[in-house]
Amino acid sequence: MYEGAIQDLIDELGRLPGVGPKSAQRIAFHVLSADPADVNRLATALRKVKDLVRFCTTCYNVAESEQCRICRDARRSDEVLCVVEEPKDVVAIERTGEFRGRYHVLGGAINPLEGVGPDNLRIRELMARLGAGVTKELILATDPNTEGEATATYLALMVKPMGIQVTRLASGLPVGGDLEYADEITLGRAFEGRRAI
Amino acid sequence: MYVRRLELVDFRSYPRVAVDLEPGGSVLVGPNGVGKTNLVEALGYAATLGSHRVATDAPLVRAGAASAVIRCAIVHDGRELLVELEIVPGKANRARLGRSPVRRARDVLGALRLVQFAPEDMELVRGDPAERRRYLDDLLVTRQPRFGGVRTDYDRVVKQRNALLRTAYLSRKVGGSRGGDLSTLDVWDTHLARHGAELLAGRLELVDALAPHVAKAYDAVAAGKGAAGIAYRSGLGGALTPDRPALEAALLAALAEARSGEIDRGVTLVGPHRDELLLTLGPLPAKGYASHGESWSYALALRLAAYDLLRADGIEPVLVLDDVFAELDVGRRERLAELVGGAGQLLVTCAVAADVPAGLVGARYEVTEGDVRRAG
Ligand SMILES: Nc1ncnc2c1ncn2[C@@H]1O[C@H](COP(=O)(O)OP(=O)(O)O)[C@@H](O)[C@H]1O
Ligand SMILES: [Mg+2]
Ligand SMILES: [Zn+2]
Repeated sequence: MYEGAIQDLIDELGRLPGVGPKSAQRIAFHVLSADPADVNRLATALRKVKDLVRFCTTCYNVAESEQCRICRDARRSDEVLCVVEEPKDVVAIERTGEFRGRYHVLGGAINPLEGVGPDNLRIRELMARLGAGVTKELILATDPNTEGEATATYLALMVKPMGIQVTRLASGLPVGGDLEYADEITLGRAFEGRRAI
Repeated sequence: MYVRRLELVDFRSYPRVAVDLEPGGSVLVGPNGVGKTNLVEALGYAATLGSHRVATDAPLVRAGAASAVIRCAIVHDGRELLVELEIVPGKANRARLGRSPVRRARDVLGALRLVQFAPEDMELVRGDPAERRRYLDDLLVTRQPRFGGVRTDYDRVVKQRNALLRTAYLSRKVGGSRGGDLSTLDVWDTHLARHGAELLAGRLELVDALAPHVAKAYDAVAAGKGAAGIAYRSGLGGALTPDRPALEAALLAALAEARSGEIDRGVTLVGPHRDELLLTLGPLPAKGYASHGESWSYALALRLAAYDLLRADGIEPVLVLDDVFAELDVGRRERLAELVGGAGQLLVTCAVAADVPAGLVGARYEVTEGDVRRAG
């Protein structure tokens, strides 16, 4: 344990996903010895991300205006809607270059252990979008793990009676994993090979 | 297959240790409490991603350290493979195979196949059904590593489903009529049935293949006294066959039937996590009837049968005998020594070297606090 501010920083960093205690300590001491201008830029970036970034009012992706870049893009198809858990999944899928439709970001997955049920996700908002009658295919691209699969099943049960084609990414994705860790080729293939459920 | 080298960092009592091992028999000698079991526990963890002593990972990390590392070099068919695991309690383990990171720790399953005898094995016979389910599932994963994923997925679904039922149960208790949000229960049912059927089918197939080996091994250990039989008892009842779609349908039907009871009690009452491996000796169940000696023979027979089955599959697992000879009478010691003497690699731990039958002693290692040294 260190004293005061440096330990506070180590503790805060250690709370971040993917940062273990050792890395937290390494980053903290790096910050301590870094150029004040660099540290200021980091601090500003941290503050700005909370002040400026909002959620797109249509798809709930991160955006810097009312609507995100993808929702504003008139060349994309409104007929195919891809449901993902997090904004980072949008980035992963965009990297594959296989998808030209729209997204819907749920903000997580059904997870009773963490107290997350359908009401805590943007499922009502999804239903409202589908209710407009433009969507022909709904792609369920939640993570291939227990919670993502459960969420996909739940959505499929709700959406199928609406007469919309519901598809799930092809297997081949690492089961139990995270969409964002799939490489572009694997994820791209999973997109092409998606099946109706 | 054999472990050529084991390295530990902050695992249990070891700040840092490296042991070079060889094929054939080796004995690790040291006083009680010095850290012998800790060493073989690390091997067991590398083989199954779990410990036979504790259910959570926290005790595996040396007190005061943040994470533990297990590194084993495994030689199989003349090729060496390095398995590295970093255990970070409360987070997903990080794993590397042959120095490349793998996406999930479960991808290292199969690299090291291990059968381990332990003083706690008596519990296989006398303990709760959970002990015997663990025995079956560990062997299932050792035999067919893909079941590592099935087992984890199934456990996760049960946990999630229990959390849902429990929340509903609690909110009903405080809030009266409002039963909490059970709108996703159907979803969890389908997933429980899907993964449960896969696990169940795997266990049923395993028990079929294993049963003759158990009978044979018991006969060998107990010198011809008593016929040992194993049978899988599922909450689904009756004679089940490892037909996945049929099992899935049966699980769904059983869930539907149990639903109101589950909601009342706030816990999942249906599925292979509640099944039992029944052990019999002649016409009687072993649990509650077998004598102390018979129970030991049975426990040894279960481990030996696992070893025989793997060898019959063409897998030569590493055998670990952790402090078991001290528990056995002379007759069982000699018979066990005969049965395991031919293992490709046999690691025996003991406090008193004289307890180990002479035929098994090859290389000798001395275990002292925090260190292991080749002694002859
Ligand atoms: N997480 C831990 N941190 C530090 N020491 C530990 C930890 N877990 C167990 N130990 C120590 O390891 C010792 C037991 O080692 P063990 O391998 O079971 O002994 P034996 O040689 O009898 O098999 C005990 O002294 C215990 O305090
Ligand atoms: Mg011990
Ligand atoms: Zn948008």
